[in-house]
Amino acid sequence: MEKRWRICVVVLLILVVAVLLGPQATVAQAPGQRIQLEFWYALGRPLGDTLERIIADFNASQNRYLVKGTYKGGYADTMVAAIAAYRAGAAPHIVQVYEVGTATMIAAREAIKPVHELMRQAGISFDPSIYIPAVRWYYSSSDGKMLAMPFNSSTAILWYNKDAFRKAGLDPNKPPRTWAELRAAAQRIRATNAAPCGFTTAWPTWTQFEQFSAIHDVPFATKMNGFEGLDAELKINSPLHVRHVQTLIDMLKEGTFKYGGRGSTADGLFPSGECAMITGSSALLGRVRREAKFEWGVTYLPYYDDVKGAPKNSIIGGAALWAMTAPRRTAEEYRGVAEFFKFLSGANVDAFWHMETGYLPLTFMGIERAKALGYYQKNPGMEIPYKQLTRTIPTPNTRGLRLGYLPEIRTVIEEEIEKAFQGQQTAKQALDNAVRRGNEILRRFERDVKGG
Amino acid sequence: MRRRAIFDNKGLPYLLLLPQLVIVGIFFYWPAVQSISLSLLRQTAFGFGVRFAGLQNFLELLHDPYYLFSFRTTILFSVAVVAVAMSLGLLLAVMADSPIRGTGVYKTLLMWPYAIAPAVAAALWLFLFHPSIGIIGRMLNAYGIRWDYMLNGSHALLLVILAAAWKQVSYNFIFFLAGLQSIPKSLLEAAEVDGAGAMQRFWRILFPLLSPTTFFLLAVNMIFAFFETFGVIHALTKGGPAKATETLVYKVYVDGVINLDLGRSSAQSVILLIIVGIGTMIQFRYLERRVYYL
Repeated sequence: MEKRWRICVVVLLILVVAVLLGPQATVAQAPGQRIQLEFWYALGRPLGDTLERIIADFNASQNRYLVKGTYKGGYADTMVAAIAAYRAGAAPHIVQVYEVGTATMIAAREAIKPVHELMRQAGISFDPSIYIPAVRWYYSSSDGKMLAMPFNSSTAILWYNKDAFRKAGLDPNKPPRTWAELRAAAQRIRATNAAPCGFTTAWPTWTQFEQFSAIHDVPFATKMNGFEGLDAELKINSPLHVRHVQTLIDMLKEGTFKYGGRGSTADGLFPSGECAMITGSSALLGRVRREAKFEWGVTYLPYYDDVKGAPKNSIIGGAALWAMTAPRRTAEEYRGVAEFFKFLSGANVDAFWHMETGYLPLTFMGIERAKALGYYQKNPGMEIPYKQLTRTIPTPNTRGLRLGYLPEIRTVIEEEIEKAFQGQQTAKQALDNAVRRGNEILRRFERDVKGG
Repeated sequence: MRRRAIFDNKGLPYLLLLPQLVIVGIFFYWPAVQSISLSLLRQTAFGFGVRFAGLQNFLELLHDPYYLFSFRTTILFSVAVVAVAMSLGLLLAVMADSPIRGTGVYKTLLMWPYAIAPAVAAALWLFLFHPSIGIIGRMLNAYGIRWDYMLNGSHALLLVILAAAWKQVSYNFIFFLAGLQSIPKSLLEAAEVDGAGAMQRFWRILFPLLSPTTFFLLAVNMIFAFFETFGVIHALTKGGPAKATETLVYKVYVDGVINLDLGRSSAQSVILLIIVGIGTMIQFRYLERRVYYL
């Protein structure tokens, strides 16, 4: 009898503790009079720390709103978390979404509040033309209304190892401008064994197809790369694209190009000294500064100089901030989000973020501020990314991409070129397959968005 | 003598079962029902444009050559992982069971890998086999073997098999060792007196008597290879190159979390659910009959 009684008590105790502990965590977060704004972001350390400093500055700058930043894991995790939260009626006020998620966010209808609408309703004047056109267009509707708040943007550039260039007898201050020059430099580097690998690329689809198409002013997809309609089709099997993949295959065969894997996995090959050149994100800066034990330089992305009009401006990557809706969210809360966005677009914050992290300055004022602080004199080469972005006025091919299920399309392209690199298919076959499979994905997105 | 359970109160057993039932309900039945319903719908990630699609998701999958390829990859991968992990586990257990100096140290060392998280295990293998930063990877290339799992599908598959099996070897080792230790030494001694050699003793006595353990491990390893190798694949190859290491579970993740295609992803989990159901049934129906229990 006594035993049973004891068991009952233990079970009850566990239940009581469980009930008490559960809600306590949520009760604890309702202090004072300030309106709390949830901000989910996807930047780990050290970038996340820099972002937290900006949030703290905003919270200190006024006393109506309190932005609470939460690290939600990588970009894919953060996006999935925000979507699940939205479906449960508890979306965060602000979420950071990577550039490939843009089309999905736009298709999210009432789940998001476009920035132009947010600002208008809050009565805050907001001029999108303060942004660099390549940044502004990427996150605008086709008629130029800003939908998301640009935040951490990067672009692709060519990083090169000056020590390896010297060792190979190349001029370290004359980096290759074209693909022919890049290949010749890589051959020289291999012939003199100045580095174990001449050239590699991070983010293969982003650098070799998305950026490549922009700077050569050729379409990645029809319908203005998807800006003008859901019925866009991929155009990456053009003769120029085939020629480029063939160049990469040839370089792979002669041992001057090394394929470093998908996404950012090839990043490490440059700072380790393994590869003397890499086409990668401008935001690789932090890692290169920390890890590279050699003198390095950056320059513009290589191009084919016989292509008319090349080189044009490159496009951006990275992420933007989206205002999300939820049931019972008040106008005052949206106003707080608008105030926070306005704060972020200020020249000081923009320049601070740029100089601390290596992400791009997004506004012309931000660039001026960084210049005034002498950043580009102290850090030669760091003006290359924004100069490359602003070197021409965006054409319909260089505004960016607006394609649904883009993460899936990126993977498809990488899969097909990997097969070509393994010699299982030709460059033309790889790109034809990528276009066919990519178009199936685009049709699925079109069908899903239009619903039934 | 049959003793009645100590509970004469009818409610108490249910109360005691409650926490477990709640956990199973929330973390198993509820998601399972959700994925079945999602698998019959098409919708955007945010849940707009929901429309009933019937079996469209399933039909598209079964006509997708890449999905069928993923089946093949999964079977190849699972069989290889189970075979490597179980035979190595058994070999090591038999060796550690014999009276040698320092068995305690060996046993402890052999159990270690099991305590390592899959992602960390993958990182260790990466530092060994990465073609440019891995010690063994560099060595292979120096000897003229063009090892590059970033680009060569077979190399990639081999690497994830090794990394996944390595993690499971310890687990198998522990169970086989426990199984071996529970076999009465008198049986072995009697066989030895009768003139049975070492191989004969192993195949005629140890192996049959170990069959309950082997059977249990077969089931557990199969489930491990199917479902718990996600971390290893994610950290090492992300399913590539091309789709060489994309197993069914990895594909569920890619389509659901990265590509945000819930219908397609759910349809795949439902198919997995069916496969596991059938597999478990076969194992208990047919394999168990051939098992000797002491």
